[in-house]
Amino acid sequence: MNFVIPDFYPAAAELFVVAMSFVVLMTGTFLQNSRSLSYYLTQFTLLGAAVVTVYTMDGQVTLTFTNMYVDDLMGDFLKLMVYLSVAVVLLYSRSYIGDRRIESTEYYMLVIYATLGMMVMIAANHFLTLYLGLELLSLSLYALVATQRDSARATEAAMKYFVLGALASGLLLYGMSMLYGATGSLELSRIAQAIYHQGGDKTVLMFGLVFVVAGLAFKLGVVPFHMWIPDVYQGAPTSVTLLIASAPKLAAFGMAMRLLVNGLFELADQWQSMLMFLAVLSIALGNIAAIAQPNLKRMLGYSGISHMGFMLLGLVSGVVEGDRHFALNAYSSAMFYVFSYVLMTLAAFGVLLVLSRAGFDAETLEDLKGLNKRSSWFAGMMAIVMFSMAGIPFFIGFYAKFSVLLAVVASGYKWLAVFAVMMSLIGAFYYLRVVKVMFFDEPQDSSPIATPATMRVALSLNALAIAALGLLPGWVMWICDQSMLQSF
Amino acid sequence: MTEMQKLYLLVPLAPLFGAIVAGLFGKIVGRRGAHIVTILGVATAFVGSVFVFQDVQAGNTFNGTLYTWATSGGITFEVGFLIDSLTVMMMLVVTFVSLMVHLYTIGYMSEDPGYQRFFSYISLFTFSMLMLVMSNNFLQLFFGWEAVGLVSYLLIGFWYTRPTAIFANMKAFLVNRVGDFGFLLGIGLIAAFANTLNYAEVFAKAPALAAMTVPETGWPLITAICIGLFIGAMGKSAQVPLHVWLPDSMEGPTPISALIHAATMVTAGIFMVARMSPLFELSEAALSFVLVIGATTALFMGFLGIVQNDIKRVVAYSTLSQLGYMTVALGVSAYSAAVFHLMTHAFFKALLFLGAGSVIIGMHHDQDMRNMGGLWKYMPITWITSLLGSLALIGFPFLSGFYSKDSIIEAVQLSHIPGAGYAYFCVIAGVFVTAFYSFRMYFLVFHGEERFGKAVEHDAHGDHSAAHGDDEHGHDEHHHGLAPGQKPHESPWVVTVPLVLLAIPSVLIGFFTIEPMLFGDFFKGVIHFSDSHPVMAELGHEFHGAVGMAIHGMTTLPFILAMSGVAVAWLFYMKMPAIPAAIMKTFKPIHTLLENKYYFDKFNEIFFAGGARLLGRGLWKVGDQTLIDGMAVNGSAKLVGVIAQLTRLFQSGHIYQYAFSMIVGVFVLLTFWFNRA
Repeated sequence: MNFVIPDFYPAAAELFVVAMSFVVLMTGTFLQNSRSLSYYLTQFTLLGAAVVTVYTMDGQVTLTFTNMYVDDLMGDFLKLMVYLSVAVVLLYSRSYIGDRRIESTEYYMLVIYATLGMMVMIAANHFLTLYLGLELLSLSLYALVATQRDSARATEAAMKYFVLGALASGLLLYGMSMLYGATGSLELSRIAQAIYHQGGDKTVLMFGLVFVVAGLAFKLGVVPFHMWIPDVYQGAPTSVTLLIASAPKLAAFGMAMRLLVNGLFELADQWQSMLMFLAVLSIALGNIAAIAQPNLKRMLGYSGISHMGFMLLGLVSGVVEGDRHFALNAYSSAMFYVFSYVLMTLAAFGVLLVLSRAGFDAETLEDLKGLNKRSSWFAGMMAIVMFSMAGIPFFIGFYAKFSVLLAVVASGYKWLAVFAVMMSLIGAFYYLRVVKVMFFDEPQDSSPIATPATMRVALSLNALAIAALGLLPGWVMWICDQSMLQSF
Repeated sequence: MTEMQKLYLLVPLAPLFGAIVAGLFGKIVGRRGAHIVTILGVATAFVGSVFVFQDVQAGNTFNGTLYTWATSGGITFEVGFLIDSLTVMMMLVVTFVSLMVHLYTIGYMSEDPGYQRFFSYISLFTFSMLMLVMSNNFLQLFFGWEAVGLVSYLLIGFWYTRPTAIFANMKAFLVNRVGDFGFLLGIGLIAAFANTLNYAEVFAKAPALAAMTVPETGWPLITAICIGLFIGAMGKSAQVPLHVWLPDSMEGPTPISALIHAATMVTAGIFMVARMSPLFELSEAALSFVLVIGATTALFMGFLGIVQNDIKRVVAYSTLSQLGYMTVALGVSAYSAAVFHLMTHAFFKALLFLGAGSVIIGMHHDQDMRNMGGLWKYMPITWITSLLGSLALIGFPFLSGFYSKDSIIEAVQLSHIPGAGYAYFCVIAGVFVTAFYSFRMYFLVFHGEERFGKAVEHDAHGDHSAAHGDDEHGHDEHHHGLAPGQKPHESPWVVTVPLVLLAIPSVLIGFFTIEPMLFGDFFKGVIHFSDSHPVMAELGHEFHGAVGMAIHGMTTLPFILAMSGVAVAWLFYMKMPAIPAAIMKTFKPIHTLLENKYYFDKFNEIFFAGGARLLGRGLWKVGDQTLIDGMAVNGSAKLVGVIAQLTRLFQSGHIYQYAFSMIVGVFVLLTFWFNRA
């Protein structure tokens, strides 16, 4: 066996992040009061990774590390979005974690490793790399949830997240081993070929598929693998909730694309109907259960469940009776959906973070009452986010729903589109209730909103982007189309 | 993007910018800032339109997409411009009148607390109207259509503390929904059968559409499309029976009555039909429908103008009647005559409205003509300009209204489509009626006995006009008026300058533009008429120059009728005021009929509103209280409660239950898909 030095170039961004993580760790260990420095170093890491990613972007599909690793346009764009959302998360959470004394070098280290985990998941072309990335992400997140050690709620949430996450990992691993058994390979492209050529043992393949989908569903947080979401979202510090709710969804989408489309495309018929089942349940349960939540973090958790269900609709309408020419449109609409969901989630939790202060967490509907009287600017921004989430034209959320529904209709599942629209109608209720509470109720709390200017600006840009991209979605859609065109 | 395309974009965006600045940052920029920025925006749009006009005159038209918003099922939704002679004429009219109204508003609204808001609205209106006329596709047309409707709604209810204003804007909104329903159906049919929303593509497919029928009904598709579109036009351009909102819209401030409810928005329907001429030409039935509706509006709405005492309402009914004339012209395939009348009417009707507004300022917001009289002494500029406007309206030779209205009347005479005979009677009788109510208003306001300062009971506010614009006083016109002994005075220059500037085109524009617009190449390739409706061509044979037409016009029936209308008005309201009273007594039923506006409002109130209320009550009692409240709402609240309980049951916080749910999920997936596979 001869050892070939692998091509490091396609993984340059990951390597950069790893190197930077050591730098952050060292400065944190040897310098006193280095929290501020850690923060800036982390932001620098993300920026640097973005630069490297853009610099190494060549529009080719490049495999490396003996085909365990893939670098393509979809991966690059997803990664860029991950950097952006993690950077925004950190920006939004800075004063929050400072006030709660959980800002520390470890916090930033965990965020960096979570980011690295996501990058690996997105770039995986092999079950092992995929699993490695997933575990790196998950373990970092478990620790982050528990970072507020004096809070019983957070510790409990972390415990639940960890146990259930372990179960899901087990399911995923089990599924992977089945697929390995059926095809004799762990490499996604080889698996695809193997199924294409020999078909493999159907029973074992199906077994494997079900378990893999279950593991994936846990990560996406769709019904019935969603149970951790409300508890973890509510229990974790808002800054961590924001992180969990945003960037990992991009990674989960990447993972779904790698696993299902790159690896198991031949079984599309089967996994599409499974995902449809999950999507229908998620859209229904997410929207209905959200109505009953007075706690906004929990409500946004349920709303996220329904959004992920919606995103799955894009994945279920790719192949119609063996006809694949809808696939590009359908998958790029799903990608668009994830992008827009992340943008909206960032802004929604961002508003909660703006309203929080030392010793007070804004997280219930009560806390938003009369926001318009306290700050009509932020009330306006939150209204944009809520309108967009409800899918009201002309915000990005509308266009995201619209393009997914187009894909669904094009693939012939008219009833599914009607169902999804009806459910978003129900969903509009709890989004609009937030708007109503902000504009028509009397404030319960009249303390001034004191947040750093950077955060105000970033949050405003975030919300305005939701409005602007709703009017000019072609630009983002182009990115999604290109990614799909080049990657598959 | 070429230089011209940038210019096209600049024209609508400049007013939009003004609207945003004045609307969102009104407090920061202040009153002065608000009117400066909006006027600059509209002035930019006007100057831009002039350049575009020159470019179009040089033969450069444009039809293209600037931005594709979405693609769905083969239909693209896009933002695009179609710049040709029809568009550019509308752009010039809209931006010019809008500019005049902006200037005028400085004077008219000077004491209103909603000053910035008003400027923001009218600039927003200008933007929407420009988007409407510049569009090259139905989606953008519809956007503009709804946007102007929205701004119209906001402006009618501008003084939102007045219950009557709120009632009027609600009415305008609802009636327009009826029209929009038809409009949407028309667009929907086009989208469904032509599979495109782009004008040029639809027109290219028009012959194919003409051969189709609406599935399962056997109706000719093209007729269904055209009637659908025209119902939209009936709502927006206030044709019988969807006209009821326009008179009530006079609750809004006068400048918008001039801009929106006379010169531009209400003519959107006329513009739209002219733009769609390649479709309408293919359906004789639709044209006849258009013709009969237009003729009815032209004559019967004119009658109503006779019995009004509110100066603005007279002008409003006159607008209805003139819109009827334009619609008649559309019906007989004289699209260019309709658009020509649209243009001349925009100038002289805006002039008349602004003149009426000036009178209202002079009268301290008393709008009742019975309290006026002899104003010519006190308001010379308003007097002269209003006289010119009225003469243009009745079609006095050499003035703009003469050319456009006479062309329409002759076109109707030459047409042979069903309903043309009735229409000819209506338009010819309408001439007399128009002359009569116009000069009745003119004499009552500017001549005769000075009746002001007497009939006013409330003189508390009389000595200063501060009360107007004061929301606490609710803008009730009965609060205003001149105190005894007080004299009206001429309005400030910001009011009179627009009057003069509008009077110039009202007098001259017809004379100079009739030849190119009606008989020349101006609309060549833009407006189509089929060989079976050669009205305009025949009209062209009889045309021997603008001077000849005017001299010939003095010997024809319309002129005689117009002059006798003026004479009768003079006789009735200057010489022997006893006559109208006597006639009123003798023909009591007719007068009552007119006073009640043919009972349209009553009918709507009883039949539609009452019916809707009855239906609503029924639905409320049965549907809402028992079905929805009882079962659906309380039921679904219970259901949601149950689901919430269920989720709570599962969402117990116990990990093993969570894990159990996951295992169940896997189990379901497994069993289900094994049975399938």
